[in-house]
Amino acid sequence: MAGEGGSTLPGGVPSGQRRGRSGPQFGPDFLLPSTVLVSGITGAVGRRLTRALHRHCRVLGVDHRAFPERPKDVEHREVDIRRKRAREVFRGADVRAVVHLGVLHDSHDRSSDLHARNLLGFQQLLDCVRQYRVPKVVLVSSANVYGPRSDNPQFLTEEAPLLGAAASEHARDLVSLDMVAQSFFWKHADTETVILRPAHVLGTVENAPSNYLRLAVVPTLLGFDPMVQVVHQDDVVRAILLSLRPGVRGIFNLAGPPPAALSRVLRILERKTLPVPHTLARLGAERLWRWRMSAVPAPDLDFIRYVCMVDDARARRVLGYQPDFDLVETLRAVDAERWI
Amino acid sequence: MARLRDVAAQDVLPLAQRVMRRARQGVDDARLRVLGGDFEERVRFLRARYRDRGGDPFGLDPEAAKYAVMVCAFFHRLYFRTEVHGIENVPAGRVLVVANHSGQLPIDAAIIGTSLFLDAQPPRVTRAMVEKWTQTLPFVSTFYNRVGQVVGVPENCLRLLEMDELILAFPEGSRGVCKPFSQRYQLEEFGSGFMRLALQSGAPIVPVAVIGAEEQYVNLGNLRWAARALGMPAFPVIPQLAIPGGQLPLPTKYRLYFGEPLRFAANPEDDDASLERKVWVVRQTVQAMINQGLTEREGVFF
Repeated sequence: MAGEGGSTLPGGVPSGQRRGRSGPQFGPDFLLPSTVLVSGITGAVGRRLTRALHRHCRVLGVDHRAFPERPKDVEHREVDIRRKRAREVFRGADVRAVVHLGVLHDSHDRSSDLHARNLLGFQQLLDCVRQYRVPKVVLVSSANVYGPRSDNPQFLTEEAPLLGAAASEHARDLVSLDMVAQSFFWKHADTETVILRPAHVLGTVENAPSNYLRLAVVPTLLGFDPMVQVVHQDDVVRAILLSLRPGVRGIFNLAGPPPAALSRVLRILERKTLPVPHTLARLGAERLWRWRMSAVPAPDLDFIRYVCMVDDARARRVLGYQPDFDLVETLRAVDAERWI
Repeated sequence: MARLRDVAAQDVLPLAQRVMRRARQGVDDARLRVLGGDFEERVRFLRARYRDRGGDPFGLDPEAAKYAVMVCAFFHRLYFRTEVHGIENVPAGRVLVVANHSGQLPIDAAIIGTSLFLDAQPPRVTRAMVEKWTQTLPFVSTFYNRVGQVVGVPENCLRLLEMDELILAFPEGSRGVCKPFSQRYQLEEFGSGFMRLALQSGAPIVPVAVIGAEEQYVNLGNLRWAARALGMPAFPVIPQLAIPGGQLPLPTKYRLYFGEPLRFAANPEDDDASLERKVWVVRQTVQAMINQGLTEREGVFF
């Protein structure tokens, strides 16, 4: 199914030995699709995916932001994926795979606009996938779709219900997108649809868990110390590469190194902690969020209260995924300089 | 002034030192009596076991478990003076321990856990299932996770059994704990969830009879309307709670009987009716062990 013009990489190094500190310099050892379209290419994961791909196949980028530092052989369109112009990227390009990383987050933008942008944009992208008969589409969702809950099993499998939106309306875009991708999976059997649900992605990314761990004084909830799972951004990039393999389809949870208690995570990072009683923290978070002084909505406190961990046995079995970074390396990645 | 200093140096100091030495020795003796001579060795063994597996994914911390066992050991060895029979019946590897539940507070679980830690060879960490709402309580949730207790959902139980852990299950559930005094040592109905998990994981079932726990609090009866009004599973009437010091359980003598492992083979997907027969076998075994234990004992408190 892979593109005819794709290049095979000689001597793919087995996982576990590529400890390249200079970014994801690895490539997969199978035939890559000849042309890959990455939507949301300017994010941290998008950039690193581009670096891993662009020497081995043609990479097209679509994002509403500019990408001036892109490698020369990457074609980038600075366009909102809801626009008609975004469709032109597909025309005559013979796109063989689409990777969607462009889930927009802005917890303060409560208007239905963001929700619509996320859903319509993805819908539009899937329309193009169908129209141009793209054989592969990959959505990078998140383990947050399951939601942190007191009655969660310690490890959630891919079959667990997506209850993330029940408490927090901010997870609702994520859950909706995941659902849209699932229905696409069932309706269009000729396209291989892959949904990746990584645990908390750490690294140079500007996401909530990385930002939380970057705080000089980290607030925690007094008396709560859940186990947490983290995964390095480059491990996510490798999982995306693995999911581009022809024949791979379905939903895959991604976890990184073995889970650790939040207190241990903060000890490894040598952070000062500030334990706050839960009721106070919730009140404070609500106020601060309403006054736009924090980017963390109150329901998200549950992430440092309850478990939301995934079982990634399927990804290990079917994708051959295995995290390359151990716990300490993954955690330290949040402090790495953001040069890529 | 000089005399005073002399007295202090010659009499008081050696006396104080002697008292200190005696006290330290007393503490050591008590420690030895309560925890046994090989306690550190047991802790080391378990620490190594969990370290070799890259830590416990459920949050068990052998250091925290050690302190919990030290506290429970006082009740196990001195307060309830537990007699343990047949603990060598507990096989290595995955195993489901099924016991009668009683005593208003789940002290029986703590004593079984302490016994498996201090008396079993090699020591075992008992993993039990706790109510979901305990996870919403600060400190309690952390404490339970540290000492190896997990949220009571079947997925967790199956995962632990597949990790070759020891699971403690009370198929009577909360109906067993709040049994009134008049129904002591009469088993309530067993749920069948534990049997399905045993079949799925291939774990043997070790039946356990706990004698002594059912008299630790005398419950005259449950007030159904009060329980409903307060949203509690039961509202027991326990007169001793009104007496100062009565809040502690009565110092009954605990007797633990570990039976021979029962092994079942069947399709875990079978319907409840066919599981019922196997559950019935386990229930009858536990009841028979209880009856045997009751006839053997000479008194409730000694």
